[in-house]
Amino acid sequence: MYRYDEFDHQVVRERVAEFSDQVARRLSGDLSEEQFRPLRLMNGVYLQLHAYMLRVAVPYGELTSGKMRRLAHIARVYDRGYGHFTTRQNIQFNWPKLSDIPAILRELAEVEMHAIQTSGNCIRNVTTDAFAGVAADEIEDPRPWAEVLRQWSTFHPEFTYLPRKFKIAISGGAQDRAATFFHDIGIRLVRAESGDVGFQIIVGGGMGRTPRVGRVLNGFVAKSEILSYLEAILRVYNLHGRRDNKYKARIKILVDALTLEGFRAEVDAEWDRIRGSVVEVPAEEVERIGAYFADPDWQALADNPPELAAARSRSAAFNGWVSANVMAHRVPGYAAVTVSLKPVGGIPGDATADQMDALADFADRYSLGALRVSKEQNIVLPFVRQDQLYALWQALVAEGLATANKGLISDIIACPGLDYCALANARSIPLAQMISERFSDIARQHDIGEVTLNISGCINACGHHHVGNIGILGVDKRGEESYQLVLGGDATQTAAIGDIAGPGFTAEGVVDAIETVIGVYLAQRQTGEPFIDTYRRIGLTPFKEAINAAR
Amino acid sequence: MPLVKLTAAGIEPVETVWTRLGGEDAVPATGAVLVPLARWQAEKDSLLARADAVGVWLAAGETADSISGDLDRLTVVALDFPAFSDGRAYSTARLLRDRFGYRGELRAIGDVLLDQLIQMVRTGFDALDVKAPVSGAAVTVETIQAALSRYSLVYQVAHDPRPPVSALRRRLAAGGQA
Repeated sequence: MYRYDEFDHQVVRERVAEFSDQVARRLSGDLSEEQFRPLRLMNGVYLQLHAYMLRVAVPYGELTSGKMRRLAHIARVYDRGYGHFTTRQNIQFNWPKLSDIPAILRELAEVEMHAIQTSGNCIRNVTTDAFAGVAADEIEDPRPWAEVLRQWSTFHPEFTYLPRKFKIAISGGAQDRAATFFHDIGIRLVRAESGDVGFQIIVGGGMGRTPRVGRVLNGFVAKSEILSYLEAILRVYNLHGRRDNKYKARIKILVDALTLEGFRAEVDAEWDRIRGSVVEVPAEEVERIGAYFADPDWQALADNPPELAAARSRSAAFNGWVSANVMAHRVPGYAAVTVSLKPVGGIPGDATADQMDALADFADRYSLGALRVSKEQNIVLPFVRQDQLYALWQALVAEGLATANKGLISDIIACPGLDYCALANARSIPLAQMISERFSDIARQHDIGEVTLNISGCINACGHHHVGNIGILGVDKRGEESYQLVLGGDATQTAAIGDIAGPGFTAEGVVDAIETVIGVYLAQRQTGEPFIDTYRRIGLTPFKEAINAAR
Repeated sequence: MPLVKLTAAGIEPVETVWTRLGGEDAVPATGAVLVPLARWQAEKDSLLARADAVGVWLAAGETADSISGDLDRLTVVALDFPAFSDGRAYSTARLLRDRFGYRGELRAIGDVLLDQLIQMVRTGFDALDVKAPVSGAAVTVETIQAALSRYSLVYQVAHDPRPPVSALRRRLAAGGQA
């Protein structure tokens, strides 16, 4: 993975000094809360219902064992012994004291981490596929470009006070595992007919109260022109995005207002003036960064070694875990393992300090020291030898980390909801817990198969309910929590926003309604057909009728 | 509320007292004035006929294009930050400098806080009308200098001449001093 050089270290050290000074000025009264707010937000410090929350950046989701151990240490010393991994591949600490945050930032800087631009109306942490560099369907590894974008966007002088937050995701796979159609800018590596690899640029995707599938702004931008193209988009947005209403300030609203063609004309006019200029990152810098992502020294191994086959036939539990949580690797004999942070009855995405330390140890022992955070709020060990999968699984079992539910109904994405968040209308976590308990039978989950279930505690949609195959939106209905069911969403390249399946339910009622929906699917599915395909084939009506009949 | 000018020599306090006029304010007989765009467009000949300095200030929604035809007659253009969180003027500054080649004074006015000065300088401002902190603590040349020196390195190419980190890396790799 990327390592800081003296310059990167210097930038982060200066950031720690600056934010420490800003905290001191806030505590002394030199800064009003109003003036401090955007400054602390730009450094990931939120004020939640009960306390400050610190969001630490995990650039494009990549961690080492050393970084993971430091996160465990921070959870233990400055928080209440746990952290929460997020859908944008970051980690949040829920209980830090404001006066401790400078010390936390110093601890992070020592391991090449920071909280820069994890919030605020600026370019946020750039995310990517948790299986980048691993997946067999990849055109090219997106991580070097994610690092190029991290550096370019860090303290960008022109684009730090945008109309609203700005999220960029980049993906290199034929399968889009980075939700590029639901970001302000989505970037997909594509190969042109000429054989050249460049970028498809998708703009104006998003969730929130105005969900939009991103629209293709440019089918192919050359690598040597990517920064000028992004600057052109950002400049048009910075100048023309709405600032009078925060709910209409995202770039998707500007694209709606100008139409895609109108927006493209503005961007192209701007791009013509700066295209291929000095703003571009020099080729040798791309090469320097790319070298950090070179392959490790792989062993010459074969797929499906006899040890693995024997263990799978010996242990049904292990076999189920391999089926769900182990992904084929582009290199024979290796695998990418998803460690589920979704145990039955657990809080999606939470990990205790002890679990983080254990994961760091497992990464050292089994995955060349590497870990990833996935947007599904799980941890990925990307470089595991197939002949060591059984040993790893046993170690995970001992730590309560071997839940075999990746991609299944209890692999729930959920926002923190009303238990933590000042914006929420309803609780998300207890509902996620109820659903995972209702579907706790792992054999049944495997029978139901691939389905995504996402829960948001308010219309801001941090739990991605719009793009869950099954989505749940918590609303406040005359002082009572109410849950709306949304069906048919899809965060991948076949992107879709879910359809509302009628009036809301109580928490218990929505869990029953999910049972009903699954019942319809099981009755209607054709052989090998996952939930989303059945939904697309038969449509909302049969589901809605069954839900209403059961009300 | 000190107005400073950044020159090759460093940060220099501006002694001239500038009066910023709104849409309805009468133009004083003497003294330097900053006038809004509409006033400039309507009264530019009489404004230029005055003995004292005149500049134009643009509100955050007013574009660089709207003043581009007059840049060779102006020595001061000011861009207003109605709130420090409104970042439009950073892009307007880039356009005035890089596209329209404006070489005169580009002044940041309005909610201009110490924490934003670096971005202002990097996008082409060379005069800063810095607002005092809420505590009433004094803004001095020293505090402005400290704010501008906060970061010794930058990652991007912007309007200012600072080389980005990638250029420093190239020099280092070539055996030179960063």
